[in-house]
Amino acid sequence: MHYEAPIREPLINGDKSYHDITVDVARPVETKAPRMWWIVFSLALIAFLWGIGCILYTIGVGIGTWGLNKTVGWAWDITNFVWWVGIGHAGTLISAVLLLFRQKWRMSINRSAEAMTIFSVIQAALFPGIHMGRIWLAYFVFPIPNQFGSLWVNFNSPLLWDVFAISTYFSVSVVFWYVGLIPDFAMIRDRAVRPVTKHIYKILSFGWGGKAKHWQRFEEVSLVLAGLATPLVLSVHTIVSMDFATSVIPGWHTTIFPPYFVAGAIFSGFAMVNTLLIIVRKVFKMEDYITVGHIEMMNIIIMLTGSIVGVAYITELFIAWYSGVEYEQYAFLNRATGPYWWAYWSMMTCNVFSPQFMWFKKLRTSLMFSFFISIIVNIGMWFERFVIIVTSLHRDYLPSSWSMFSPTFVDIGIFVGTIGFFFVLFLLYARTFPVIAQAELKTILKSSGENYKKLHEKDGHH
Amino acid sequence: MATTKSKQIISALYDDDDVLLKGIKDVRDKGFNVDEVYSPFPIHGLDPVMGLKRTRIAIAAFLYGVLGLTTAIAMTYGMLIVDWPMNIGGKPSFTWGENMPAFVPIMFELTVFFAAHLMVWTYFAKNGLYPGRKAQNPDPRTTDDKFLMEVDLGRGDKEELMTLLRDSGAIEISENSK
Repeated sequence: MHYEAPIREPLINGDKSYHDITVDVARPVETKAPRMWWIVFSLALIAFLWGIGCILYTIGVGIGTWGLNKTVGWAWDITNFVWWVGIGHAGTLISAVLLLFRQKWRMSINRSAEAMTIFSVIQAALFPGIHMGRIWLAYFVFPIPNQFGSLWVNFNSPLLWDVFAISTYFSVSVVFWYVGLIPDFAMIRDRAVRPVTKHIYKILSFGWGGKAKHWQRFEEVSLVLAGLATPLVLSVHTIVSMDFATSVIPGWHTTIFPPYFVAGAIFSGFAMVNTLLIIVRKVFKMEDYITVGHIEMMNIIIMLTGSIVGVAYITELFIAWYSGVEYEQYAFLNRATGPYWWAYWSMMTCNVFSPQFMWFKKLRTSLMFSFFISIIVNIGMWFERFVIIVTSLHRDYLPSSWSMFSPTFVDIGIFVGTIGFFFVLFLLYARTFPVIAQAELKTILKSSGENYKKLHEKDGHH
Repeated sequence: MATTKSKQIISALYDDDDVLLKGIKDVRDKGFNVDEVYSPFPIHGLDPVMGLKRTRIAIAAFLYGVLGLTTAIAMTYGMLIVDWPMNIGGKPSFTWGENMPAFVPIMFELTVFFAAHLMVWTYFAKNGLYPGRKAQNPDPRTTDDKFLMEVDLGRGDKEELMTLLRDSGAIEISENSK
């Protein structure tokens, strides 16, 4: 009747029933936020407001308030853009790729990972807007018929591909997330006691009733969306990488960028999921659902993708040497020994060495250590984008155009603002949305719940 | 379709999905018609037991994708080859094929965009889901941990069905008309 290999660890700990899952998932939504939440929320809000101030200052006064110069025209703006887009990728990876591979452990983490995707893509999408010299003309990136004889856009530019990629990615991710949320909103609606709450979740849940045919379509739609989101997630960071790879700049013009950027995106994205979930499971007392086993699985993915990124670094170095192109060779010499050596070596230390600690079971099953490494990885991945962008630009073909880059407080303020905005959104989400896809989790209770696994063991059918 | 005669519906509530599956099988074997099943999560193996046909929404998604691809090709061809065949950075704009590699990202993204969004709109429309709609499940417990089966009595014997449901492990049985 039921077979699961006894070697598999339970994914839901404790003696849980379907009702227990409902209660545990609904608790944060149904209770009042603790004081700590308000403190953290206020801090995030202050950072966000500060960021808005810096953005308005930039738009009002001009891009000259940033640390850019005529040589280095892209620095913190695009670094942060690529960094945030990269972080977003883990959410889709968890909900789409792991669904295609039938990984049951994704179920208790996919909701929060998708939320993280959406909130970080929002941060990313700010940068292509505000780094424009004339943001009020931004609508001209869309091919809209107009009174200039219908003047169109140029579809050859990767920056236009970015517009299509990011807007498709964001909108499809939102829809994918929302389709999954509907049954969970219905669960909260049906439990709600206060009329206002009931009304809000009635609107959000679209009248979901869990009919047999609706579930059948739900599963098919989820599967097709996963099948569409998987190539989408690969294409989005590929297109982002083409902003650099299709250029003629030594250090940028590389065919390795598309897969290497994607690997880096998964690497930093999973690190961010780990950072958030290690806190969420503790604060919301969801240790039975987001187990150490889940954190370990994510650490293994961090280890794998970190190693892919390491291989890419070595490949780049080898090809630079092998190419015989002195501009290319100098670009890498400059990274390792030039004025930004500290950024290059921080990147190398964080990205190449830190994931290798995950080979040790003791370290990868330690929550404290995982949390620490997840922060280190995201610092390293920020430096990776900074190194690629700035060190390739500040010294290239003409030595008379060599210069340096240092950020101003406005550059830094906008970045801090996006971190604040991200946490404002995530903190609001965590108290109003079901943070675990309870409807999905209930489907694996009987096969992967600790109590049921023990029962099967006892009865002799695994 | 509005009928003059109201349907008699017998609802049976279960607290376990495996018991429910067996219940559906028993009821259908005796010739009764299972109208609807409400469950808090997708029950695997429910479709064959209930005799549901496979959904065609994936086929729809494929067609929407083809539409998106066509849109992208028409847009790039019309705007860059027909309307303004300009020299931008030495890119060949004489035929669509010559400049095609640069259009691949747009073609891909629009295919996905159309397929995903139009499929989800179709899903909402077919399921009758929209913001603010009244809950479709008659019992609020069916989004938590209970399973509800609605059987259309039709011309069948009510007592026989009641016994059948009670024996199959239903925890609550009620009758209502639709």
